[in-house]
Amino acid sequence: MGYPHPSHPRETVVLSRYFGDAGARSYRGWVERGGYAALKAALGMAPDDVTNMVKESGLRGRGGAGFPTGLKWSFMPKNDGKPHYLVCNADESEPGTFKDREIMRWTPHQLIEGCAIAAYAIGAETCYIYIRGEFTDPLRIMTDAVAEAYAEGALGASALGSGKRIDMVIHRGAGAYICGEETALMNSLEGKRGNPRIKPPFPAQAGVFGMPTTINNVETLAAVPHIVTRGAAWYKALALGNPKSTGTKLISVCGHIQRPGNYEITLGFPMKDLIFDLAGGMRPGRTLKAVIPGGSSVPIMNAAEVEDCPTDYENIVAHGSQLGSGGMIVMDDTTDMVYQIWRLARFYAHESCAQCTQCREGTAWTTKVLERILAGKGKPEDLDLLLDLSENMTGKTICVLSDSCAAPVVSGIQKFRSEFEAYISRARKPALAAV
Amino acid sequence: MSQHLAQLHGAGHGRSGGHAAPHEPVLVGDTRARLEQLFTKYPTKAACLLPALWLVQEARGWISEPAMAEVAAVLGLTPAYVKGVVTFYTMYHTHPVGRHFIQVCTTSPCGLCGAEDTMKALLERTGCRELGATSPDGRFTVMEVECLGACGFPTPILVDDDFIEDVTPDRVAEILKRYP
Ligand SMILES: Cc1cc2nc3c(=O)[nH]c(=O)nc-3n(C[C@H](O)[C@H](O)[C@H](O)COP(=O)(O)O)c2cc1C
Ligand code: SF4
Ligand code: FES
Repeated sequence: MGYPHPSHPRETVVLSRYFGDAGARSYRGWVERGGYAALKAALGMAPDDVTNMVKESGLRGRGGAGFPTGLKWSFMPKNDGKPHYLVCNADESEPGTFKDREIMRWTPHQLIEGCAIAAYAIGAETCYIYIRGEFTDPLRIMTDAVAEAYAEGALGASALGSGKRIDMVIHRGAGAYICGEETALMNSLEGKRGNPRIKPPFPAQAGVFGMPTTINNVETLAAVPHIVTRGAAWYKALALGNPKSTGTKLISVCGHIQRPGNYEITLGFPMKDLIFDLAGGMRPGRTLKAVIPGGSSVPIMNAAEVEDCPTDYENIVAHGSQLGSGGMIVMDDTTDMVYQIWRLARFYAHESCAQCTQCREGTAWTTKVLERILAGKGKPEDLDLLLDLSENMTGKTICVLSDSCAAPVVSGIQKFRSEFEAYISRARKPALAAV
Repeated sequence: MSQHLAQLHGAGHGRSGGHAAPHEPVLVGDTRARLEQLFTKYPTKAACLLPALWLVQEARGWISEPAMAEVAAVLGLTPAYVKGVVTFYTMYHTHPVGRHFIQVCTTSPCGLCGAEDTMKALLERTGCRELGATSPDGRFTVMEVECLGACGFPTPILVDDDFIEDVTPDRVAEILKRYP
């Protein structure tokens, strides 16, 4: 539901059903709402059958890349005699995204149950839940819930009496956007600086502590108990015309919008209706100018692209962007696009881990050039320079943070070029003091 | 990670002594017991570095060089390695900060909804000269931070461990009253 707002009749409420219901937070409360039946059922199945079920459902990663979840699990080696690890990515730091926080705040046991099922399926006895350090409430709630799940016997040496060991550890991050990148997160978990690793090896071969590891986003794992209980066919049927994008997705809507919040939709739901109907549309007298649909790391869409775009993985790509994490940043006609793009570039420059030259230099230089344009000191050739820089930052680095900085810059210049030109020609008053 | 606290404010003010005071071990008693408990949850001791640093910061308010050396000794790491890790993350303080540490998000989604005005109001009302500086009375330090993962509740701020949503300039005075 659109927490903090009441559920909208056009939402498909699965993961968010108990947002705002404090009674769902305790173990007892979760069990009364049907919780832990899925874990019980999964523990009675062969691990591979659980993986196949998830494969069959069509569930894809909700952390940004959209990789098929069951397929990822199936990459884990079998009978290799090594410890396996499950890592839950709860670093949620992608600007515009605030869904994992609500899952953990309201339904901690939904996540614990999903993690336990996934751990069982991939043959892991230990699951680390890496929560960003600033999430003080989710950290407290998740820590209490894990302790309760141990006390109730759902976790520990014999999860729900199955004879299977499932341990769960909450790990607190310490402030670094880059630690959301899966291999940076693993380094951080090992007590290192959060630098992304060169792949291969992929996590399923050598992940955290050098052992086979599966890493999934909070929302991905929270969907798993529902698939186990209601079946792969039910989940797969949750699609609006595109069989490659199945299930429900929490969309965090923020920015210039009347009712910011998390809306749970069936994938394929019209983006325009999501913005104007579910989230209440623009402030009075305002019109839609742009949307960044997948967290700040994806290309900017203009109002025309939003008009007939179904909200799912493939269709958003066809309309010039990506679903990403599902954090939708809405901008109305009062928005200074150049200023917003500069602010995003500054974010990436600040968060670059500085390992790769193209990223370290590129994010800083991009920010400087945009600053100069905003200060009324831009030159006509600056737009080509920005595009050139972006080109050099795309597809050439260890992780995609560098590409993420280029995405709003390139799409912004393509779609809102006249706004840049207005600053460069001095037709528009400088927005920043000279640097 | 380029703009770290260390460069942003002069050391000296704030709590619990400066650099001159001899280092009193932190990882003792109850704190040590909590750390030892953590050793059982990870296959390596090094994995307890971030948790150990949290324990130090909880106890002392910041992480001094001697404290880093102490953590290094307990975990079998070098002080230089520990310092490299401490300075990578924005939430660890390598200098004393005010009695209350305030983090305010100004990233684009919040920026669209007036976060910069909230930040200015926080600076003004706390008496902090600039971002990263501690107020003359030692009560507050204000830091601008990137997305706090609560963009639907602009502007979120963290005061110590209290996460506060929907902070507008007109709410600032009332909120600060709660932190003497
Ligand atoms: C710079 C960067 C930041 C990321 N931040 C997050 C994050 O905060 N949370 C998350 O789940 N995934 C994040 N990801 C994606 C992860 O690397 C990874 O794809 C994801 O955790 C896999 O889980 P999934 O398959 O369930 O989506 C980030 C990726 C990059 C490159
Ligand atoms: S692309 Fe940037 S953030 Fe990613 S590894 Fe390279 S320097 Fe670090
Ligand atoms: S941008 Fe402020 S919380 Fe996300």
